[in-house]
Amino acid sequence: MSQKNRLQSGGRIDRSKPLTFTYNGKQLEGFAGDTLASALLANGVDLVGRSFKYSRPRGIVAAGAEEPNAIMQLGATEATQVPNVRATQQELFSGLVAGSTNGWPNVEMDLMGLVGKIGGKMMPPGFYYKTFMYPQSMWETYEKVIRQAAGLGRSPKEYDPDIYDKMNQHCDVMVVGAGPAGLMAALTAARGGARVIIADEQNEFGGSLLSSKETVDGKAAAAWVASVTKELEANENVLVLPRSTVNGYHDHNFLTIHQRMTEHLADRAPNGQVRARYHRVRAKWVVLATGAHERPLVFANNDVPGVMLAGAVSTYINRYGVVPGNELVLMTTNDNAYRTALDWHDAGRKVQAIVDTRKNPTGPLVEAARERGITVMAGSAVIDVQGSKRVSGVSVASISEDGSKVTGSVKKLSADTVASSGGWSPVVHLSCHTGSRPQWNDEIIGFVPGATVQKQLTAGAINGNFTTSGALEQGKQAGADALEKLGLKAADVAVPATVEIKESKPMALFHIPHTKPTSQAPKQFVDYQNDVTASGIELACREGFESIEHVKRYTAMGFGTDQGKLGNINGMAIAAKFLNQSIPETGTTIFRPNYTPITFGAIAGRDCKELFDPERYTAMHKWHLEHGAKFEDVGQWKRPWYFPKAGESMQEALNRECLATRESVGILDASTLGKIDIQGKDAREFLGRVYSNAWAKLPVGKCRYGLMLKEDGMVFDDGVTSCLGENHFLMTTTSGGAATVLTWLELYHQTEWPELEVYFTSVTDHWSTMTISGPNSRKLLEELTDADVSKEGFPYMDWKPMTVAGVPARVFRISFTGELSFEINVQANYGLHVWEKLFEHGAKYDLTPYGTETMHILRAEKGFIIAGQDTDGSVHPYDLGMGWAVSMNKPFSFIGKRGMKREDCVRSDRKQLVGLKTIDPNIVLPEGAQGVFDPTAPIPMPMVGHVTSSYWSANLGRSIAMGFVKGGLDKMGEKVYYPLVDGRIVEAEICSPIFLDPKGERQNV
Amino acid sequence: MFLIYCPHCGEYREEEEFQNRGQAHIARPLDPDSCTDEEWGNYMFFRKNPKGLHHELWVHAAGCRKFFNVTRNTATYEIKEVYKIGEQPKVVA
Amino acid sequence: MQQYSGFGLLKHSLSHHENWQRVWRNPTPKKKYDVIIVGGGGHGLATAYYLAKQFGVTNVAVIEKGYLGGGNTARNTTIVRSNYLWDEAAHLYEHAMKLWEGLSQDLNYNVMFSQRGCLNLGHTLQDMRDIERRVNANRLNGIDGEVLDAKQVQEIVPALDCSENARYPVIGASWQPRAGIARHDAVAWGFARGADMHGVDLIQQTEVVDFIIEDGTVVGVKTDRYGDIKADRVGCVVAGHSGVMAAKAGFELPLESHPLQALVSEPIKPILDTVVMSNHVHGYASQSDKGDLVIGAGIDSYLGYGQRGSYSTIEHTIQAIVEMFPIFSRVRMNRQWGGIVDTCPDACPIISETPVKNLFFNCGWGTGGFKATPGSGNVFAASLAKGEMHELAKPFSMFRFHNGALIDEHGAAGVAH
Repeated sequence: MSQKNRLQSGGRIDRSKPLTFTYNGKQLEGFAGDTLASALLANGVDLVGRSFKYSRPRGIVAAGAEEPNAIMQLGATEATQVPNVRATQQELFSGLVAGSTNGWPNVEMDLMGLVGKIGGKMMPPGFYYKTFMYPQSMWETYEKVIRQAAGLGRSPKEYDPDIYDKMNQHCDVMVVGAGPAGLMAALTAARGGARVIIADEQNEFGGSLLSSKETVDGKAAAAWVASVTKELEANENVLVLPRSTVNGYHDHNFLTIHQRMTEHLADRAPNGQVRARYHRVRAKWVVLATGAHERPLVFANNDVPGVMLAGAVSTYINRYGVVPGNELVLMTTNDNAYRTALDWHDAGRKVQAIVDTRKNPTGPLVEAARERGITVMAGSAVIDVQGSKRVSGVSVASISEDGSKVTGSVKKLSADTVASSGGWSPVVHLSCHTGSRPQWNDEIIGFVPGATVQKQLTAGAINGNFTTSGALEQGKQAGADALEKLGLKAADVAVPATVEIKESKPMALFHIPHTKPTSQAPKQFVDYQNDVTASGIELACREGFESIEHVKRYTAMGFGTDQGKLGNINGMAIAAKFLNQSIPETGTTIFRPNYTPITFGAIAGRDCKELFDPERYTAMHKWHLEHGAKFEDVGQWKRPWYFPKAGESMQEALNRECLATRESVGILDASTLGKIDIQGKDAREFLGRVYSNAWAKLPVGKCRYGLMLKEDGMVFDDGVTSCLGENHFLMTTTSGGAATVLTWLELYHQTEWPELEVYFTSVTDHWSTMTISGPNSRKLLEELTDADVSKEGFPYMDWKPMTVAGVPARVFRISFTGELSFEINVQANYGLHVWEKLFEHGAKYDLTPYGTETMHILRAEKGFIIAGQDTDGSVHPYDLGMGWAVSMNKPFSFIGKRGMKREDCVRSDRKQLVGLKTIDPNIVLPEGAQGVFDPTAPIPMPMVGHVTSSYWSANLGRSIAMGFVKGGLDKMGEKVYYPLVDGRIVEAEICSPIFLDPKGERQNV
Repeated sequence: MFLIYCPHCGEYREEEEFQNRGQAHIARPLDPDSCTDEEWGNYMFFRKNPKGLHHELWVHAAGCRKFFNVTRNTATYEIKEVYKIGEQPKVVA
Repeated sequence: MQQYSGFGLLKHSLSHHENWQRVWRNPTPKKKYDVIIVGGGGHGLATAYYLAKQFGVTNVAVIEKGYLGGGNTARNTTIVRSNYLWDEAAHLYEHAMKLWEGLSQDLNYNVMFSQRGCLNLGHTLQDMRDIERRVNANRLNGIDGEVLDAKQVQEIVPALDCSENARYPVIGASWQPRAGIARHDAVAWGFARGADMHGVDLIQQTEVVDFIIEDGTVVGVKTDRYGDIKADRVGCVVAGHSGVMAAKAGFELPLESHPLQALVSEPIKPILDTVVMSNHVHGYASQSDKGDLVIGAGIDSYLGYGQRGSYSTIEHTIQAIVEMFPIFSRVRMNRQWGGIVDTCPDACPIISETPVKNLFFNCGWGTGGFKATPGSGNVFAASLAKGEMHELAKPFSMFRFHNGALIDEHGAAGVAH
């Protein structure tokens, strides 16, 4: 049989379903129900990785989330690679391809290990802070080597073929963990009528009971688990989530659950299925029944493959039918771990000795071991391990009663497996996530959850109650407490009977002494993944890193992918001992989400690509696509940027669009402009307060341009507002600023001036807006309406309701191009119809669609600003030369008035917006170029302002630009210089920003 | 992540529906033009920024779009009360 | 005084590393100091270091309520760059950049300053205008910078999706080659060690519970462990807790303390060589020497002293990362955490005199304090030594929020973090 460590019977695997998988290029077999780790152990694979710093051979230590060594690269194809999968949590499937992540050229024959052996002594914690400094220029070279050695697995280089989804959940009680405590809590809460979610990270419920030989309720523990699970699954108020890790516990009882939907089936989700699902849960009450992790003991060479957690060894035997070796030495500080020796013995393999650190171990489990003829070496410890790629023997010696030193002579025992247990650490991770600090409990030798403001209950081993009966009892109690707090009636649940084995007091021991002082002893590992040793922690303390946070950071303890689940408490204990403090004095360790790592894809869910942010289209979007528009992202909108014809360059297209508009007629889809409908008897007063100019006398039927300022006087948006009725206005905003402006109006209305009767409604999407602009625009409009649109009948800055192309419309005679313009607004559903009618009739005028870029050029020719391009939150209206849009005499001190009078805002040398004409008319200044008065000044060269807008104007046959210049409004005709990135210095003359038709005659026809 | 009771909707809703707008009860001076630069600067920028109880302005942006006040502990993130604009807090430091 | 070097490591390895000296002493404070620095983070320690080393003021104590470098210094995403828009900010950050270059040698402590360059991506035409504006300003201010197009960006960062398929395709980027990352803890420890060597007392686990103010002048501090300690001048460098400390001194600051979160992936083999930041898509990432992808999340909108923020903020950040780097979809997020950042309305710091004489504040660094650490400490030290603000610090007075002379890096710069 190839699976040399597999037992003939027993365990929860299905021997009728063999599975073939590949590990480091070799084909191996396991069974359904195996994890990758149990299958590897069954096949006698000792070596699963190399350590990060010293490149030491490492084997599987644990059987769950706390595993530090068996970190694999998974994936049969490039696109389905997953780095850093814990083999202990990956269920085996047929065709699984895994490899170890470290080791060069491979994990078996690792040359870096040589470096570790030779250089290891020179690599204490923080060695890199003390060297690689000289010469300064060499650091980058050193760093390259360091970086190459870093990292575990690798990122795929191709895109993820899988998809992930999310669900929002609400429940009365969220039970975390489905061991005995969690199951009882869920059962009790469910029977009481609560809406319950119970989640567990494993593929089946049961927790510790899955690898236990105990009976519950007079039957095998697993049978009891099955019956409870069945009842929960049948209850429609209960959501049962196996393979689901509760990864984060956030404020106000918000939790995240990562449910692995298909990761146990293949490395790519079967067609139509998601790889993982993320549950975002809001729970009224949370029951943490997260159990405990076994603490290994820290002793010399405790990282040689074959050194494992005692509980993990039992799990492999009882749950997976795998005995991971032949000769076991068990070292323990407690009775509990004796079970491992019994399991090993009962599986038919040899237990060399139980090495108990306590002087006089007694009790039923100790007796059971002795009855089986197992040697119990009391008051002793495994102080060293022999072997390199697998344990070959151990050194055992008697130790002092407090465990601080070796007292007797050293005996060698042969062994290939060392199981160790230093007791159990409650899994307090989730309770820490919300800022609660764990509390040290001397009685149980571990941290338990501290005080919290969350609606949180705890049950079982997380409280330090490590017995099954205790877990069941506390689980029931937590469920009952939740029911009571929820105001639900108590449930009828009996705590099932168990057979309790009495255990005597464990010993508080973490670090096993050696005959040599720690600094000289062989390496005693605390954190395997980061190669943190006991001597490293002592060195950190010796150097003054005395806070546990300093120790962690200096040594990197707990920063691995296991996040210190195995080593942190031991590390704290070692630091405490060295500093002659208690563990709580040394500090606590705070765990943060995630409990175990989760792929970014699973957290991102579907919210990428087109769903990353909604795309907004106007009603004419389809037409734009059909007519070859290039698009620009403006806010969430896709706006046509320009409409190139076949073979046209961008500049050629712009020239054509600009000329057509000035000479005949052009059309712009302006639907994206923000539109806010404002009504109420105080609407006019309100406008006067939020705009810098006057609104008191704007008659019905008229439009007016306004600047909106912040309290500091700086421009933040602009637009035209029209008076639709005495108490009714339509405000327009920039395309990107609509939502901000609406909130701004509501803020002031609701918090400052609630006495004003005014109502705001966003109507941006309700209307399609198309602007026809150019000398032929009136003729075109006349063909589609019966209304009087003559100069006299429809003057500039008026608006009128009328019918256009058979559709009710609001038409505004406003102009952003300086040409005769009509802005036609129709209900959005009719937008495309009217647009197409305009083209039908406009063909004879060569009606030319133009996009945002031509709009920008045309308005720049007229010196009109674009808020956000020509403003940046640091300029007020006077800086823009727009004092005409400020009415200082309004009775109400409008928003921004006081701000722009502050000392710094009235300086005469502020940067002011002016026109810029390059001396060479063919040079178009780059937008963003920085101006200087003296281009010969040394660097840093005093800058006087930047170019905000700059274009080639086909109409003027030259370049035009706008930009800020210090004191520019008083410097007309003076020169300013633009040193460019390419070394050129462009000379320009300061001028009025109105390049075309300064009297506004073109629009007034 | 907060679960916030909107006093206008009468419901607990997710934080993502709301926007925080900073310290509450900052009244715009009634006569800005008579304020000194210092007074105006204080109104615009200077804030209590307490560690502990904080009265703050929120808006149910993806809901009823109403502004309201929240008393929240900025250290523990507990929400102690919500109350409408114009009302005074009952829970004070 | 022990010098660090490769030879030293070899020597100590022969004695099993048993003879390394303490990196800093653990002194009992004196009754009086020339200068007390409240806050033993990176900025406070740098201030103490330069006070003692460069300005000869050695009778200095740094009082830290927790452990050295335990606040935002230990919680940031370690990015160092100086490509700020406005002159005042650019000069300050470039001053810091020049100190970064050579800091390891100056401190005799390897802070692993790694100049692997920083890209600030542009996704809209306005982004690109802002980038042009900033890069032009940087160059005339003597700061390295280039504007790259999407193709050049792709060459520098193969992992980035520069295709048209992105929701907001990359149009280009600004590129500062001298920018990079550093080892954050080492910066605090290096400055602490340097300060201690020059005689500064570093007092840990001691909280300043109040200032002693007589006739509008600060004359010392009250501590929880050592009672009153006198000082001629007090510099307060407590980041997120600046508002709390200002309240003790009787004034308010234009600051709000917000949660700022960050996260790391599991360590993976080198795949991201530079710092990549996108303000539009709201994601930024670099890869540490250990192999972790270090990712900064957005700032939460509410006040928060809990060193944690909202999950949705993390979620949005990760969406941005997967949007920018689709190949990271199957890489795993390991851990997230939060800091408390004190943000100013104009996204620039306060290095300033205060309404209390001889009491100075250095705060308001918001999301961008780490990169300024040596520069901030240097100009603050100069100011504390002379009792008047250093030239580079003058524009950062808290009183700019009264007269209106803000340095608005929010505006066109589009550079947070």
